[in-house]
Amino acid sequence: MEKIAFGEMRLIRKGAEASLFAATWHNLRVIVKIRLPKSYRIPELDAEIRSRRTLREAQLMREARMAGVPVPALLSMDPVNAWIVMQRIEGVRLKEYLESASREEGRGVCETLGRLIGRLHLRGVIHGDLTTSNMIVSSEKIFFIDFGLGEFSQKVEEKGVDLHLLRRALSSTHYRRARELFEAVLKGYAAEAGWEAAEEVTARVKRIERRGRYVPER
Amino acid sequence: MNPTTSSSSQARHGGSRLVCLGIESTAHTFGASIATSEGRVLADVSQVYKPPLGSGIHPREASRHHGEVAPEVIRRCLRDAKIGLSEIDLIAFSAGPGLGPALRVGATIARALAVWLSKPLVPVHHAIGHVEIGALSSGARDPLVILVSGGHTAIVAYADRRWRIFGETEDITLGNLLDMFARSSGLPSPGGPAVEELAREGSRFVPLPYVVKGNDVSYSGLLTAAEEKAKQGLPLREICFSLQEVAFAMLAEASERALAHTGKGEVLLAGGVAANRRLAEMVEIIASEHGARFYVVEKRYSGDCGAQIAWTGLLSFQGAAGIDVAESFVKPKWRLDMVDIPWRR
Repeated sequence: MEKIAFGEMRLIRKGAEASLFAATWHNLRVIVKIRLPKSYRIPELDAEIRSRRTLREAQLMREARMAGVPVPALLSMDPVNAWIVMQRIEGVRLKEYLESASREEGRGVCETLGRLIGRLHLRGVIHGDLTTSNMIVSSEKIFFIDFGLGEFSQKVEEKGVDLHLLRRALSSTHYRRARELFEAVLKGYAAEAGWEAAEEVTARVKRIERRGRYVPER
Repeated sequence: MNPTTSSSSQARHGGSRLVCLGIESTAHTFGASIATSEGRVLADVSQVYKPPLGSGIHPREASRHHGEVAPEVIRRCLRDAKIGLSEIDLIAFSAGPGLGPALRVGATIARALAVWLSKPLVPVHHAIGHVEIGALSSGARDPLVILVSGGHTAIVAYADRRWRIFGETEDITLGNLLDMFARSSGLPSPGGPAVEELAREGSRFVPLPYVVKGNDVSYSGLLTAAEEKAKQGLPLREICFSLQEVAFAMLAEASERALAHTGKGEVLLAGGVAANRRLAEMVEIIASEHGARFYVVEKRYSGDCGAQIAWTGLLSFQGAAGIDVAESFVKPKWRLDMVDIPWRR
């Protein structure tokens, strides 16, 4: 570990992949994200996954920021020990925001979300885990977090999978309004990425869905 | 057995016990079972079609097998349960998803019995059957379910009259992966137990592609890579060991994501591959790390069986009556999140 005291570290969220701690670092209020070893994985596999994802997350956050997509500022990182220090964003997760939002607000925020995803994809940033737990709504902005499963790619397939995962996240968690919300996402996506690119990716999302198990209309 | 969900059915049907004959025939297993609305399985009998070594299941051969063994399986089931045909209150059958020709054998027998006995006919979704028999036999009430079988690899949780899919395989299932690898390596069928046994002798990790996409997994690249390693002449035990480690860790990770996202307090491992000790161990670890209780389907009901159909048929019958024989089509393609679930809260 880097020899800087983080002050007191307080666990604020134990995710599937990493634990998030609130801490003070050089007088800044920060989040320390640590990919702790997973005891269900054998050590050889575990170490490789944790350091690869930490490094990739830092690279993708930087790229997203350059694309003009809100992400927490990256302050420090260590891929071997698998930790990242980043700016702390105050806000609510999109998941909770959507639960209390009106129809109008829900559609609006999803359209913005679609625009931002379009912007990421134009730059070849695939988030890899677009669920409503991985976005924070803060002062009219949507911040993207958790790029650990992402990658750089300009392939239609990877962009399609990215949107497919979001559509499924909407239909499992926000099932009452999933269709409407996803349509708003696509509208925003098209406005940013252009109609032609959007149509190509949307067609791919449908193809990916049909590939799923036991989908009737093949 | 844990009679958890029986009270509501008794209320609805005037306090009398209901007896259901369930018939399973989605893939290689033909099974029959008698279950009661108190949540007791009185008998569960099955016969498994075994394809020749090195080849997969042929739908026509499976259906021929089912047709041949059906009378004896059902007779033995009734004898074991000490139940006469006249004591049966309803007939449930696996209506899908699965192999069309195999499904039609079970459906035809179920229709015939329902007409002959003048009893209601209840179609059951095979995967929902795995989930419900898992819940009944383990005592889980509102779990995040990790369903792993030859036909399914899905992470599901109940909300508002549906089992919602939080994650699944984007190509082949975990059962397919193990079966196909076993087959191409000359291991006997079923592949899962054969791979598990060899894996126990291995300890050297051979790197294989680990592909998690959100809560989804993808196994087809892993299969190709493992087969490639086998062709290169690496010891089979090391490949089996590594294949299990990578495939199961991928699913454990996707499940942990879904667990963190849904915040469920229970995790249930169900389906045929649930019998694998290493997989159960991994899932138990993720459950305990999130303060959730771990449940696993009783081993004898983990694979395809009549009991999953009989019990789910009873649950289903509480919410709606049976269907008309004329409408009892089988559905080879039928996603589990399309099934209305009136019996859960």
